[in-house]
Amino acid sequence: MNTRQLLISLWTMVVKEVRRFVRIWPQTLVPPSITMTMYFIIFGNLIGSRVGEMHGISYMSYIVPGLIMMSVITNSYSNVASSFFSNKFQRSVEEMMVSPMPNWVILAGFVIGGAARGLGVGLIVTLVSLFFTDLSIHHPLMTLAVVVMTALLFSIGGFVNALLAKKFDDISIVPIFVLTPLTYLGGVFYSIDLLPDFWQSVSMVNPILYMVNAFRYGILGISDIPVAGALIAIAAFILAFWFLALWMLNHGKGIRT
Amino acid sequence: MAEPALSIRGLTKVYGNGFEALKGIDLDVAQGDFFALLGPNGAGKSTTLGIVCSLVQKTAGQVKIFGIDIDQDFARAKYHLGVVPQEFNFSQFEKVEDIILTQAGYYGMPMKEAKPRCERLLKDLGLWDKRSGAARMLSGGMKRRLMIARALIHRPRLLILDEPTAGVDIELRRSMWEYMRRINQEEGTSIILTTHYLEEAESLCRNIAIINRGEIVKNTSIRELLTELDTETFLLDLAEPVDAVPQVEGFEVEHIDARQLALSVRKGSDLNDAFRQLSERGVRVVSMRNRANRLEELFVSMTSQPNAAKGIDSASRESIQVKETAS
Repeated sequence: MNTRQLLISLWTMVVKEVRRFVRIWPQTLVPPSITMTMYFIIFGNLIGSRVGEMHGISYMSYIVPGLIMMSVITNSYSNVASSFFSNKFQRSVEEMMVSPMPNWVILAGFVIGGAARGLGVGLIVTLVSLFFTDLSIHHPLMTLAVVVMTALLFSIGGFVNALLAKKFDDISIVPIFVLTPLTYLGGVFYSIDLLPDFWQSVSMVNPILYMVNAFRYGILGISDIPVAGALIAIAAFILAFWFLALWMLNHGKGIRT
Repeated sequence: MAEPALSIRGLTKVYGNGFEALKGIDLDVAQGDFFALLGPNGAGKSTTLGIVCSLVQKTAGQVKIFGIDIDQDFARAKYHLGVVPQEFNFSQFEKVEDIILTQAGYYGMPMKEAKPRCERLLKDLGLWDKRSGAARMLSGGMKRRLMIARALIHRPRLLILDEPTAGVDIELRRSMWEYMRRINQEEGTSIILTTHYLEEAESLCRNIAIINRGEIVKNTSIRELLTELDTETFLLDLAEPVDAVPQVEGFEVEHIDARQLALSVRKGSDLNDAFRQLSERGVRVVSMRNRANRLEELFVSMTSQPNAAKGIDSASRESIQVKETAS
């Protein structure tokens, strides 16, 4: 395929993916907004008012970046996992496989589509948060870089999950048993300074801690961890997962007999 | 000499469980041909086509599409290929038009070129009124036509139709045949068809390959194949009922019921002679028809030969007949 054809096929993939999550917006866009509103009301407003400040910042403001990031992570991941697995289940993945589109375009289409939903939900949650607190962004570029990279990383993760999945249950195992605990323990609601030394050390192996803190640094200017290291780690994970997913696609893992 | 539309050499497929689905088959389909690939369920048809379409990974062998080796440049080979699979494989929730335009996009086709082509295909296949509805709302026959439209959007030179008329009513099937004939004859599209309706293969195709247990057991023209037919059986409807089977010298006659006989005619026999003898015995025939499709009869005759090593086993034959009967 020449460059123009590649761009057309990639654009087609992205449009198809975006059209899918927009078509089912009551399932994809509304629930996370409602859930996060509940977090803002209960944890931020009701409980947060008794918690006081965290690193000199109101508790409500402190948890906003973490909650945005949580939305981005779960939505990017579940969008690709669910969309690609549905394509496998309905066999419409064959439409792509019989076409001359290279595998990297297929992967990029799903990943960009997933990231679009993650970032879309992240934006909605950000707008909701404005009803509860003032939000001023300290480092816009850092904020943007971290949120986009995180969305891409978890979209690729969702793709790998969907490739390996054999039934619908298989695409909910990772979000429930891995992503949710890691996100909750990744400093969304607290600073790891509050933890005993041992648990602080344990927390340092949680990759989501770095993303949440890097994002929090971008918005609030505070972080529990070195931000440059976090960015490098996210970039390394993106590359590693991208090549893993592409290798699996090239070898027909989970899609060819 | 023009490269074949499809050339297969030594194609082998062994699945993970050790099952050898293809045992080194060779097959050529000429450009512009309308080719039937027949065989009972599990014979290796879908595996063969799956490899050609890149849905199945081959174990060994070579596949060329218009001279392009799929191991060398599969992407370029795929441009020439349109696929209508056996099972519905589109998103049931997408709009009809979106499914086709999305497929065009996968081939890098600009929208301004894809839209008019899509409109023409939807109109030709009687789906234009349904273009804005979700695919799941279509009837079974419409879904099959949608897959044909989708497969043709990028103007493939080789169209693979895997049981395209399965479950389609007779009237629609005939109109689909007409459409397939048209794209083969007018647009020069080479077509490979798999079907359980042997009448369909006989009516549409010029050449045929029969695959059984992973091997090509016959590869010839339909006309040539039909000359191998030793015996044809006709059902004769009688004007008056008969109590006993009338003796017709040189022919086998079977009593179906009081008003119907089955007359087996060997190649080279004079049918007029049979009618003359029946007439002499006071049996008046008012109408007649083939008991089975000629191709089906050939299957039966091929497989009824003892030690038909390259034939089709009785279980497989049964599966073909059951399908045909069900139609």
